[in-house]
Amino acid sequence: MLKVSRSKLDNLLVPIFSIILGFVFGAILMLFFGYNPITAYEAMIMGVFGSPYFLGEALRQATILTFTGLGFAIAFKAGFFNIGVSGQLLAGWVSAIWVALAFPDLPRLVLVPLSIGAGVLFGAIWAGIAGFLRAYFGTSEVIVTIMLNFTALHTTNYIIRNILAVGNTTERISENASLRVGWLTDLTAGSRLNMGFFIAIVVVILYWIFMTHMTAGFEIRAVGLNPFASTYAGMSAKKNIILSMVISGALAGLGGAIHGMGTFGNLFTQNALPNIGFNGIAVALLGLGNPIGIFFSSILFGVLDVGAGFMPNRAGVPDEMASIVIAAIIFFVGANYLIRLVLNKVSTNKAVQNEGGE
Amino acid sequence: MAQTANVIEMIGITKEFGTFRANDDVHLDVKKGEIHALLGENGAGKSTLMNILSGLLEPTSGTIKVNGQEVQISSPDVANKLGIGMVHQHFMLVDKFTVAENIMLGKEKHRFGFIDAKEAEKDVQELSDRYGLKVDPKAEIASITVGMQQRAEILKTLYRGADILIFDEPTGVLTPQEIDELMGIMKALVKEGKSIILITHKLDEIKAVADRCTVIRRGKSIDTVEVATTSQQELADMMVGRSVSFKVDKKPANPQEPVLVIKDLVVKEARGFDAVKKISLEVKAGEVLGIAGVDGNGQSELIQAITGLTKVDSGTITLDGKDITNLKPRHITETGLGHIPEDRQKYGLILPMRLEENISLQTYYQKPYSKNGFLQHDKVKEQAKRLIKEFDVRTQSEESPAAALSGGNQQKAIIAREIDRNPSLLIAAQPTRGLDVGAIEYIHKRLVEQRDNGKGVILMSYELDEVMNVSDRIAVMYDGNIIAIVNANETNEKELGLLMAGVSPEKAHEEVKKETGKESESFVESK
Amino acid sequence: MNLESLLQLIVSSSLTYAAPLIFTALGGTFSERSGVVNIGLEGIMVMGAFMSAVFNLTFFETFGQMTPWLGLLAGGLIGVLFSLIHAVATINLRADHIISGTVINLAAPALAVFLTRAIYGAAQTGPLGRSFGRSNIFLLHRIPVIGPIFFGNTSGPAYLGILVAILCWIVLYKTRFGLRLRSVGEHPHAAETLGINVYLMKYSGVMISGLLGGIGGAIQAQAIHNEFGILTVAGQGFIAMAAMIFGKWNPLGAMGAAIFFGFAHSLARVGNYIPIIQDIPSVWLKVLPYLLTIVILVGVVGRSEAPKDLGNTYVKSK
Repeated sequence: MLKVSRSKLDNLLVPIFSIILGFVFGAILMLFFGYNPITAYEAMIMGVFGSPYFLGEALRQATILTFTGLGFAIAFKAGFFNIGVSGQLLAGWVSAIWVALAFPDLPRLVLVPLSIGAGVLFGAIWAGIAGFLRAYFGTSEVIVTIMLNFTALHTTNYIIRNILAVGNTTERISENASLRVGWLTDLTAGSRLNMGFFIAIVVVILYWIFMTHMTAGFEIRAVGLNPFASTYAGMSAKKNIILSMVISGALAGLGGAIHGMGTFGNLFTQNALPNIGFNGIAVALLGLGNPIGIFFSSILFGVLDVGAGFMPNRAGVPDEMASIVIAAIIFFVGANYLIRLVLNKVSTNKAVQNEGGE
Repeated sequence: MAQTANVIEMIGITKEFGTFRANDDVHLDVKKGEIHALLGENGAGKSTLMNILSGLLEPTSGTIKVNGQEVQISSPDVANKLGIGMVHQHFMLVDKFTVAENIMLGKEKHRFGFIDAKEAEKDVQELSDRYGLKVDPKAEIASITVGMQQRAEILKTLYRGADILIFDEPTGVLTPQEIDELMGIMKALVKEGKSIILITHKLDEIKAVADRCTVIRRGKSIDTVEVATTSQQELADMMVGRSVSFKVDKKPANPQEPVLVIKDLVVKEARGFDAVKKISLEVKAGEVLGIAGVDGNGQSELIQAITGLTKVDSGTITLDGKDITNLKPRHITETGLGHIPEDRQKYGLILPMRLEENISLQTYYQKPYSKNGFLQHDKVKEQAKRLIKEFDVRTQSEESPAAALSGGNQQKAIIAREIDRNPSLLIAAQPTRGLDVGAIEYIHKRLVEQRDNGKGVILMSYELDEVMNVSDRIAVMYDGNIIAIVNANETNEKELGLLMAGVSPEKAHEEVKKETGKESESFVESK
Repeated sequence: MNLESLLQLIVSSSLTYAAPLIFTALGGTFSERSGVVNIGLEGIMVMGAFMSAVFNLTFFETFGQMTPWLGLLAGGLIGVLFSLIHAVATINLRADHIISGTVINLAAPALAVFLTRAIYGAAQTGPLGRSFGRSNIFLLHRIPVIGPIFFGNTSGPAYLGILVAILCWIVLYKTRFGLRLRSVGEHPHAAETLGINVYLMKYSGVMISGLLGGIGGAIQAQAIHNEFGILTVAGQGFIAMAAMIFGKWNPLGAMGAAIFFGFAHSLARVGNYIPIIQDIPSVWLKVLPYLLTIVILVGVVGRSEAPKDLGNTYVKSK
């Protein structure tokens, strides 16, 4: 029992140390270029927490990151690297906006679920393609989702320019399709924080229930840990590959729909894939696939993202610094072997677990 | 060979992995020109000792002398330079390379960094001619037989000028003929002045070729003996540490109606040729049917076809009167099949998951373990606790990951899971591989118990002893066919060995009769 | 436009777009042949593009027409440095190869733009001092008919890439180094028992991928975009990976696939001049390379072609 709690502690320490080391790395880099890291980090944190508007914006960003993070995490649990979260988010975004623009006069109670549903559906289909090809042809989901990312990018831009709008930006969706609510906007001094935040909390809880208390979630975990034993035990590896990818895409698509209906209220052409999708990968890796962990990681990265905007003016540091810190954090999560090694060294007075020889 | 010099002396070798001592004050000396067997059970520490000698592991303490000189073998390179070469159990060969490329790798023939393939092929050819090790230097490893792969592996050490060759369990993957050939090669090498260390747990091999034998038990060297003056039973006692009876206590079988009927079964393997060639077979309730054969003669494919893990090409399989041909594994399991898979860590368990989850792996979706798609964790735990107790699975807790259990206890957990569902047919594939004697006895007892409860049991094993002692009837597989089915109490090792080598039942029968001079009523039916 | 000049346009445009892909795909081949998955090629290209742009703007007055060629070296060098992160993470720190590659892809654009702002005060460098432009290939362009189409007024870096591809093939399949590198990607423990330094081989593989990927990025900046900004590379590293797989991890195959992707890419640009193709909506031409990659992966390339030990962490026995 002692061993169990020990490894649980390690599991918590890895992300904490990764975050600290990530910030330290950022600080060293800033020092190297003659910036003052304390001023920069202070600007970032005070900027967000000093104003309800920016705090609202950070939570709004965290909302979307939670969806992309959960989306990445469920495929990862099943043993797949869904690098296409970004494209699936875009697929969800464009379909939600499309529906919202097509039926502007439907009552809110109908239009909101309908638009969100469209986003979820198309996100799921987009990822499902990769899942299907992986299940039936053994095609690498990494490459397929990368390719589908670019396909989504160009297709979305084409749809905007040729179908949904005259120029590069669509009209705004009607009030009946918006996720914004007055009291949230007022509470956060006019930020774009919206109902999506509460949907995210509900989805985090549902995700947890699904993975730990439902047979379907058990199967996804089992297939991810050992597909051979799972097949032997009568689970269908094919079914679980596709299911996990479909849920993954559905979550990303949901994030996209909420991005469209809550954050922006419209859709515009993109030069590159939305970064928020790739940062979802970072969020999931930092949260170690645990939904609660992902939620808190999202808030951290939301703060970093929004706070970065204060660094150029208040500290003279380019706002890309935040992305560098995020990358550094994930580097240390990925290289957790290093952190575990150090943690083990520190606790050498305890009986060392044998590592095994060959 | 009275006073020959020691080429190898290992003195007081200790190797620790964390708190576990794999080698504990081991002593070994090897004389020039001898075949020295290193005998011990799986996990006794033979491989660790030899990995130390070949530079793959560094000892925690102890001294090694080569030709009387004290040496530090810090890497395989150093071992090579000292003339020590290892023929690994799992061949260290690159499938996509040719024989010559594999042999020269690390010591390439080259001009300014450019490989001289012709020269290398010539060298390999010369070497293979000299020692009578037939190989084709230009052939790709993936396309040649296991026997030839092993010869390439031996040539690799000779190419590096090895004088001391270590053979790590070299016969496990070979046919009886290939084993004979290998024994011949080893004797020829010794004649050429090489010294050989033979790692094995097979007593008959030691009797056949070795001069002396060092026995290792639980990491300690027990004794070194002259093979000629020591009996197999004595060697076995030293290896195991107490007198072992190879016999399994069991009442005569009481076979009933067939539970499993296989008709004209054909199974193709991954590359498309027939691995199982039109097999027909019956397993009755209340009997243990053994499946014997050298690894790779279609046994695994046959079992995978019965359990639904591989597609059946043609023919039918009937379990309990229901056609299960090409049904999904879960469907077959529910019809009444229990399966202890060949590779327990790959197929039997999900190592990082909790023991309780592993125990519920075949039942988690059924009532009462789940309701409306929701797992009932308390019921799962109850079941795990009950089976852990009933089957004496030693674990800290039912929440420990399966990876934390010893091999024997992992296997007990699998058996508990499979038997608890009360299947009318239990298939056990290599159920005791790598386990200690206590666990082996326990597992054999459980299999026989299953039979006595009126269930059918299939035991597939590459160990002849095991098949002969546990089974009631034995089906021998060779080249995808069942070439004979014999009664276990009417046959002997000799006859089974010949059948496994593909000798026809009539001829095998003749041979045995000729040698023993008496009539054995062995084969009851043949294909 | 007559047929000859149309063909000339298609060939030169295909080769121009193919050049960065050729180098980067060759780089990926070395990394993966040594057993290390490198989806960080995209990030490595970004750094190469950035560095070459900085070099170009700093030294074009000193080196004149030679500047972009020397810029390749600058890009290659930073690529090697950046690939070391991936090498350390995957080889020493046992990180998942794809996570480490993702880190490279997250870090590179951020770092490159951060540095661009630190140096130039803006997110883009602005137009470079000297770009590659078009050139005739030594004497070959004088061959009648074929000469002008294939070798006239075309991409110099692409032909360098073709030469390098042949060189890479020789290195991989005819030299001692190549044999050892491939053995490490197939069966590292076998290599270890033969005294081969597995870590050194893997480091070599990853660092060569850094060198060639960095050069690929440098070509992207200096031959196609003529500046560095966040959108300079935009996915070419991923396409290069696809080319490597399509080429079955063989340098010549990777080169061929890269040229093919270059052709597909150029159709979206020069399609307007070509009958039939000019009637196809541009979106189809844009997504064609990506969809094609998927189709090829599903239909043509099997898993068995990949190095056997690809993506696994090698732990030295001790």
